[in-house]
Formats: sequence, structure tokens, C-alpha cells
Amino acid sequence: MVEFRMPSLGADMEAGTLVEWLIKPGDVVKRGQVVAVVETQKGAIEIETFQAGRIDKVLVDLHSKVPVGTPLALILAEGEEKLAVAAAAVPPPAVIAPPAAPPLERPRIAPAPPLSPVRPRVAPGTQVSPAARRLAQERGIDLSTVTGSGRDGAITYADVERRAAEVMAPAVPVAPAERKRAPTLDLGAMRVAIAAAMARSKREIPHYYLEHQVEVTACERWLAEKNATLPPEGRLLFGALPIKAVALAIRRFPAFNGFYRDNKFAPSPAVHVGVAISIRGGGLAAPALHDVDQLPLDELMRQMRDLIQRTRAGRIRGSEMSDPTITVSSLGERGVETLYGIIYPPQVAIIGIGKAVVRPWVIDGAIGPRSVITMTLSGDHRVTDGHAGALFLAEIGKLLQEPEKL
Amino acid sequence: MKQEPIKTEAIEITYREAVREALRDAIKRDERVFLMGEDVGRYGGCYAVSHGLLAQFGPERIRDTPLSESGFTGAGIGAAMAGMRPIVEVMTVNFSLLALDQILNTAATLRHMSGNQFGVPLVIRMATGAGRQLAAQHSHSLEGWYAHVPGITVLAPATLEDARGMLWTALEDPDPVLIFENVMLYNMTGRLAADAGAVDIDKAAVRRPGRDISLITYGGSLWKTLEAATTLAGDGIEAEVIDLRSLRPLDDATIMASVAKTRHAIIVDEGWRTGSLAAEVGMRIVEQAFWSLDAPLGRVCSEEVPIPYPRHLENAAIPQATKIVAATKAALDRA
Amino acid sequence: MTAAADKPRLSREHMLDLLKQMIRIRRFEDKCVELYTQEKIRGFMHLYDGEEAVAVGVIPVLDKRDRVVATYREHGQALVRGVPMTTIMAEMYGKQEGCARGRGGSMHLFDAATNFYGGNAIVGGGLPLAVGLGLADHMRGNDIVTACFFGDGAVAEGEFHESMNLAALWGLPVLFVCENNLYAMGTALALSESETDIHRKAECYRIISEAVDGMDVVAVEAAARRAVHAVRESRKPYFLECRTYRLRAHSMFDPQLYRDKAEVEARRHSEPIVRFQQWLETNHMIHPEDLPRILAEIDAEIAQSVAFAEAGTWEPVDQLTRFVYADAAVPAGR
Repeated sequence: MVEFRMPSLGADMEAGTLVEWLIKPGDVVKRGQVVAVVETQKGAIEIETFQAGRIDKVLVDLHSKVPVGTPLALILAEGEEKLAVAAAAVPPPAVIAPPAAPPLERPRIAPAPPLSPVRPRVAPGTQVSPAARRLAQERGIDLSTVTGSGRDGAITYADVERRAAEVMAPAVPVAPAERKRAPTLDLGAMRVAIAAAMARSKREIPHYYLEHQVEVTACERWLAEKNATLPPEGRLLFGALPIKAVALAIRRFPAFNGFYRDNKFAPSPAVHVGVAISIRGGGLAAPALHDVDQLPLDELMRQMRDLIQRTRAGRIRGSEMSDPTITVSSLGERGVETLYGIIYPPQVAIIGIGKAVVRPWVIDGAIGPRSVITMTLSGDHRVTDGHAGALFLAEIGKLLQEPEKL
Repeated sequence: MKQEPIKTEAIEITYREAVREALRDAIKRDERVFLMGEDVGRYGGCYAVSHGLLAQFGPERIRDTPLSESGFTGAGIGAAMAGMRPIVEVMTVNFSLLALDQILNTAATLRHMSGNQFGVPLVIRMATGAGRQLAAQHSHSLEGWYAHVPGITVLAPATLEDARGMLWTALEDPDPVLIFENVMLYNMTGRLAADAGAVDIDKAAVRRPGRDISLITYGGSLWKTLEAATTLAGDGIEAEVIDLRSLRPLDDATIMASVAKTRHAIIVDEGWRTGSLAAEVGMRIVEQAFWSLDAPLGRVCSEEVPIPYPRHLENAAIPQATKIVAATKAALDRA
Repeated sequence: MTAAADKPRLSREHMLDLLKQMIRIRRFEDKCVELYTQEKIRGFMHLYDGEEAVAVGVIPVLDKRDRVVATYREHGQALVRGVPMTTIMAEMYGKQEGCARGRGGSMHLFDAATNFYGGNAIVGGGLPLAVGLGLADHMRGNDIVTACFFGDGAVAEGEFHESMNLAALWGLPVLFVCENNLYAMGTALALSESETDIHRKAECYRIISEAVDGMDVVAVEAAARRAVHAVRESRKPYFLECRTYRLRAHSMFDPQLYRDKAEVEARRHSEPIVRFQQWLETNHMIHPEDLPRILAEIDAEIAQSVAFAEAGTWEPVDQLTRFVYADAAVPAGR
């Protein structure tokens, strides 16, 4: 038993309408005999059978439009007996799916270099050229800190270059795709960058200086207690305390936290404290710890440790170099008693911390030995004056008297 | 228009003469090579390129044809398939439209349709371009259209070296090669090495290095672009000028290396602006060098008008050095 | 015109061979229709039913070294020329074992081994090509003949006239064979040509031309022998108009609204295979066992080619952009 199906008669024929049967069940047909007429979009076409035999059954009503491939009739081959099964359901016609369009071969073009997603920090509507965007990513420049000089204020490559020079980035452009590789630390280039930045700072920023002596006995006692219960690698170092204190103090004195650019000061909502870190061989960097005002001390300590280690290994992230909103510089225990820092533009203040020295101190009318540090503030006189600076320093000193609250 | 001097022993020659030397050299070297086209023999060539060749090589090698572009281009295809190395000269690209069916439906497709059994090693030379006040039907620049078609190679020799050297390499190509000679270049004189020979046909050339912007062009527009670059240098802008030389295939590597360096690009193309070859080059730059770009791409093309007859209008319709200078300054925001 | 080379051999063997060749084409086309209705063959397909005498009369007269250019209705020419039926069928299926790697399909059969230059879907497109092949042979001074098949429709195209002129002007060894089946797709000859005596157009170009009954395979062969001999000796073109008829529609999807069914039926009675078979029977050249044997051989060959095509493989999609240029020379991005 063979199915006689609706034939495909043309490249664009999808269906046909049976309009006339030229045979009936029981008729014997030869191969090549015309058995029906089909109406198509082009007109009526006669269709032939390629099977010889006897028409057993007609399956489709006249004037019904059926897709190509639909069984129209059953033909019994010569000698074949009619099947005993009465109303055997005709299996549905195999769907002749059109051949799937071959997937287009991808054109052989070099793919654009992969870039990690850019943090959306630019104000909406700011136009940034692709070259500028890529350079900013490579150098870790926050585009919101760049002023555009292109058409309609668009940020161009040159604009980002200028900003990168302002930020004292070490000569270690960290390409996002190359994070795994250890970049080399180019101390020579670093020294040149430091020279440029410091010279500019002294040229452009009118510094004023204030000094304040702060008793840190409470800190030392508190640290000793705390560290007794901690493993060596988790111990808090003294250096973390002033950093946290500065960050907290900034909440009351925001004028010392932000950037001076284009003849105006923009305070920063976040407090990213730059930590001056000396690098063996004569290098110096001041990368940021982020959102210090919100960091618990042990977390701050952990981050500081990590930052120092990475800085000395030359593995700072670009954003760490460009983000500090204020800097704290400390010479630790080997340093001097008083340190006057130079402001890192475009920041507007830098705190200097001298080493702790035991001094005679008046407490409740009596003189006793106390551990004392000398803290300095170098401030940008375009933004703040001595009065505010004094209050700021005093606040920091006050916070250091209650280390447990830091 | 003058070219820069060459180092080796050089002769003074015109672009036209360079092409003629290339033809002469090819016909002498390979007995399968012959030139076929309208008025190439007794007339000496519409642009006098084949002047004197009939007397030297005879009517079988320098074959005049009737005005039957489709017929004799198809004949060139058949002869190439049967082992000859014909050079079909279609008088201008304007008339090539009559042979477009043979070029596109036979020459470009035959290797593919036959499953790699038959190739068509045919060279077709055509004059192209505007500038002689020949008006709308005689001034087309359709190289970009032909560059759209897979299966052929499309060349635009703009220098004497290329006019002299591209033909032989094209004849050695197993597939069809179209060579477009801009009409404004035939009279160009310069110095060419006496032993100048075959050159490659798939690389672009940096004709003038620069750091501020890439000016990408081909054919007759090359010299206008170089002129613009000289003017720009006076204003402190150092333009890098790239001569595409081959329009299909395009030398992406050279183009992208330049744009990576300069971060700006303008394409100068004598075709009409819409759907021009400049559009193709621009798109490739966006696909492959997007992150290098510091400003939007620009193009200097022919205006959307059939080329008019009066000189001032014709000049306004096609690319000029002044337009290239202005476009460059706009791209660099130095208008 | 010398005698011996020009007359068909009227031996029984040769006659049966002519019959077999025609039936072979007819059965092949028949099978193609069946396969097309089953969507094994797609696209456009143009069948040769009724015109077999032209290909069978002309092509065997050619030498192996001669060249053949044909149209999109070229299954018959390809089969007679010796392109293997297996590779033709595989090509129709689109399989890479086809004679054009499956890339061409029904309208683009090519075979370098038999100097079969296609297969052309542009009406008139093959004529300049044939002129070019002839030009090469002319320049080389050999005695190769190029046979170019085309229909009555091509005669309206500019390329036909340009090609006639070039071939005559330059004296090129091309045999132009016009298969005049009276319809250019759906346009009757009288509605398309001011001069319907097609071979007279060739005379205007000073090309020797003949009209012959294209439904009579012996007459076609006799004319072809004269023509091929003339081209080979004189190295000048020759024009043969074969008056024939297309029994099926122009292509598969054609309801034939442009001609009467009665006309087709009348033609069926005098179609080449029926006529020739009757003539052989009348002249006792065919024996009772011949036809069944011939049919069995043909059907076996057809079944084998269908099996070959069915078993064929699809060319991998990653090979898509090959064969646009000669592979060895392809630089990236061309």
C-alpha cells in the first residue's frame, strides 16, 4: 500500500488545492498517469502518479487546500491484498521541514579586544570616545573625574591622558585582560611621576600647615588588649587607628575630603583614604582604602595589610591610585616625630603622622610619661583655612582617645 | 601632478606610458596574452594607452572588436577558460554596464558554480572617473560596486609603479581581475625605476606617514589627498595617507594599524556617497578598531547627483583637496 | 562535402544506440519529476521531454576534445556527452558528490573531464562564452569544435547578435545549435520574433545555416555530421536550427496557460522516441527482446544513480566560502 501525496511542483509551492479527481477508488492506474488536478497560485496543474496499482481510497476532500506532502490517496500495488483493518488511521504525513538555513560562517575579522565591563560612573549624557573609554579603563581613571574638551563636552583621549598624569599613577598600566600577569614596577618612571606631581602641587596649591600633639596611650593599651587574643597575622597595628579616626572626623569636616579642579572644590560623598606606602628602592605610592568611614577596624587592618603587600609587589589596581579623597602619611616607628606632607592634587589635604614618643604629659595637674604622636595637617588654603584645620585635627585627636569606638 | 623621485636609475614617464609598457611586456613575455577591446588597435586606444602596439604585435594579439561589450567580454571569459590569457579593455566603466551580466553572472560565478572545475583567468581594464566635463553618462566611478562581488579582484593603481606593475600580477591570477585606471591620471608624469616590474595586488600602501589622522583613499583621489595632507601639515596637522591599491580584497591590517595609531579616519572615495566603498571601509573600521576611535569617522565622496557638465559644478560634485582639508579639521575639532 | 564521414551509419547497433540514448534521457527526466515532487530536488528544473533527438543527434558526432556549452535545460546534453548519471543525480540533490560539488544544481551541470562547460541560467549567456572558447582554439590553430546549444528565446537577446557577429567576423569554429521548441518559457515564437525562421538570422551574419526536423534523430544526426565536419575543416561557424517541441512545461511549476492541451497531445503522437521506435519496427531493426533489455538497463542505471545520490553527503557548512577564488591563492578577507 502506497500513499499518493501532494507533490511539490515548484520552488515556491507550499500547498495546493485539489479541484478534480480523474480517477475513483477501484480504478487501475499506470505509472505516469494523470490522476488529479491541483489548483496552485499559478493555475491548475495536472498531477501524475509514479506508482502503478489500484486506487484503494481517496483521503482528501475536493477543494481542500493541503500542504505539499499530504497523502491524497492510497494505492494498492498489483497483487497486494486490501488490509483487513477497516478505518486504519493514516499516519500523519511526515513533515518535510524546509532545510534549515545554514548558519552563516562568521566573517574573518579580528574581534575587538575584550574589555571588562566599565563601571557606569559617568554622569548620564556625557559623551566619551571609545579611545578615551579604553584608556580610562587601562589606567584606572574614573571618568566622572575627567573634564571633556571635545565637541559638546565629549571626553577625548587627550582629556583622559591629562587626568592620568594628574593622578600619580605608577608606571604600571594594568590592562584588565592581563591581571594575572605580574607587571613590573618601573621605579624610574615612578620617581618621574612623583616629581611631576609634587612640583605641580607646590606650584599650584597654597599650603598651610598645622601641628597637633595627641596622646595615644589609650590606643596602645587598647591595642595590646585586643592583640592578645588575636593570631599574629590578624593583629591590629597602630597605623590603622589614625586612618579610621581621620575618616570618621571627615564626616564633620567634609571640606577636607574631595577634589579641587577647574577653580572649584567638589567634596566627595565617599571617604577613600590614601595611604602613603614606601616601596623598596625609593618608590612611593599612596593608594586608597575605600569607604574607610564604614570599615570595621579589623577589616580595615586586613585591607591595609593587603594593600601594602600588593603595593610593594607592584600589584595595585588603577582605581586604588586614582580614588583617594584625602591622604594619610605615616613614617611608622622608624620615622621622625613630625612629618609635614605635600598634598597630592587634586586632593585638598594630607595628614602627617609622626612616630610615637614617650613624653612628659600633664594629666589631672600631675606630670607623667605618656605616649604622644605629633599629627600635622597640610591644607589647601583655597578650600579651607587654619581655623577649620585646627578643629579638624582636634576632632581626630579626640577620636583617638576612644579607640574602642573606632 | 608629480610623484616623489625613486632611488634607482629612473626614467621620466607618464602613467599612460607605464600602462603601455606593462601591456607590451606582458604580450612579449607570454604568448597566451592578447589585448581585446574597442579601438585598441587601429585607433591606438581611446586614451592612447595601446598606441603603437598593433604595429608591433599584429591584429591577432591586439584585437579590435565591434561595439559589443557583452559579446567580447564573454568571449574573453571563454578564451580564458580555454587556456588563453586575454586582457579585455572596456573603454570606460560607463560602458561596462553592458557587460555586467557576463562579469557578474559568468566571470565571477563560474568557479563556484562548477564546483572548482573551471576558473576564469581574465583581466579586464577600464578607464574610470570624472573631471573632464564629460557629463553624466561618461563620468562614473563604479569601482565600489564591483568590489561588492565575490569571485573577482578589483584594483585601482594610482601610482606609476602600480600602473606598470599590477598588470603582470593580475595576469598570473587564476581568477578574474578588474583594473580601474582613473582618466585624470593618464597624463601624470613622474620618475619610474627603469627596471620597475610586477607589484603585489593585495596590500594597501602608506603613501605618507602621520600621527593625527588616517586619510584612506584610492585611485584618482590619492593625489588630491596628498595635496590636502601638505596643506594640513602647514596647520600643524600630520595626516597619514593610505592608498588602498586593492579595493577587493581590502587590506584591513594596514588600515587598522593606521587607525590604531591616529585614532581618527576619513575615507576619500570618488563614488557617490550612498553605499560607497567608503561606507564599507568605515564599517570595517568600526568593526575592528572601534575602541581606538577618538572621533566619529568621516568621508569625502561624490555628491548625490549625476556628474554635471560645467566645470564649476563638476568640481563641486567630486572630491577635492579643499573638501578633504575641511573634513579633516572637522574631525579633529580644529575647524 | 565528403560522403563517408557525413552519413549516419544505419547499422542496427547504431540505431539501437540512438534509441537507447533517447529513452535514457526520457526516463531520467521522468525520475527527476518524481523526485522533485518528493522535494528531493529543489529550485528550478527544466526538462527535455520531446527534444531528445537534438542532443542525441548532435553530441555523439563530436570528438572528446570538442567543447559543449548548454543551457539550463541541459540534462539531456550532459547525459549524452558522458557526464556520469550518478554525478548528475547527486548534483540535482545538491550533494557534494555531484558534478559541480552540489553547488550548482539542475541548471549548472559542469564537467571538465568531458569538456562540458555548463549549464547556464542566463538566456543567451552561454553564447559569448562559446565564442570565447572558439577564439582560443582559433588563436591556437587547432581543429577543436565548440558546440553551443541555446533555445529560440535566446535569439532575442543582444548577446545572441553580438556572438553571431563576432563568430562570423573573426571566423571562429563554433557550431551554434538552436533548439527551437516554439516557446520561450511562456511566449510563443511568433509573439517574440519578427522573423520566425530562425536560421535566416544566421544568414544575415553570413554564417552557413540549416533548418532540420528536430524530432527526427536520423535527420539531426545527418545535419550534425555535415555541420561538425564543416566547422572542423573550414574553421568557420555554422548554424543549425533544430525544430523541435517541448512536451512538458517550461519548468516544474508551470500550468501552461499559454498553449492548448490539444496541441501538446498532437505533438505527443509524433515525438522523437515514438517516431523512431515505429520506424525501427517498420524496418525490422528492432527485435522483441531489445526494448525490454534497453529499459531494464536504463532503469537499473537510474536506480543506481538515485541510490548514489541518496547515499551522497552534504558539503560541510564550514566549507561555504571555498571555491570563490582558486583556493591556493586566497588571502584572508578577499
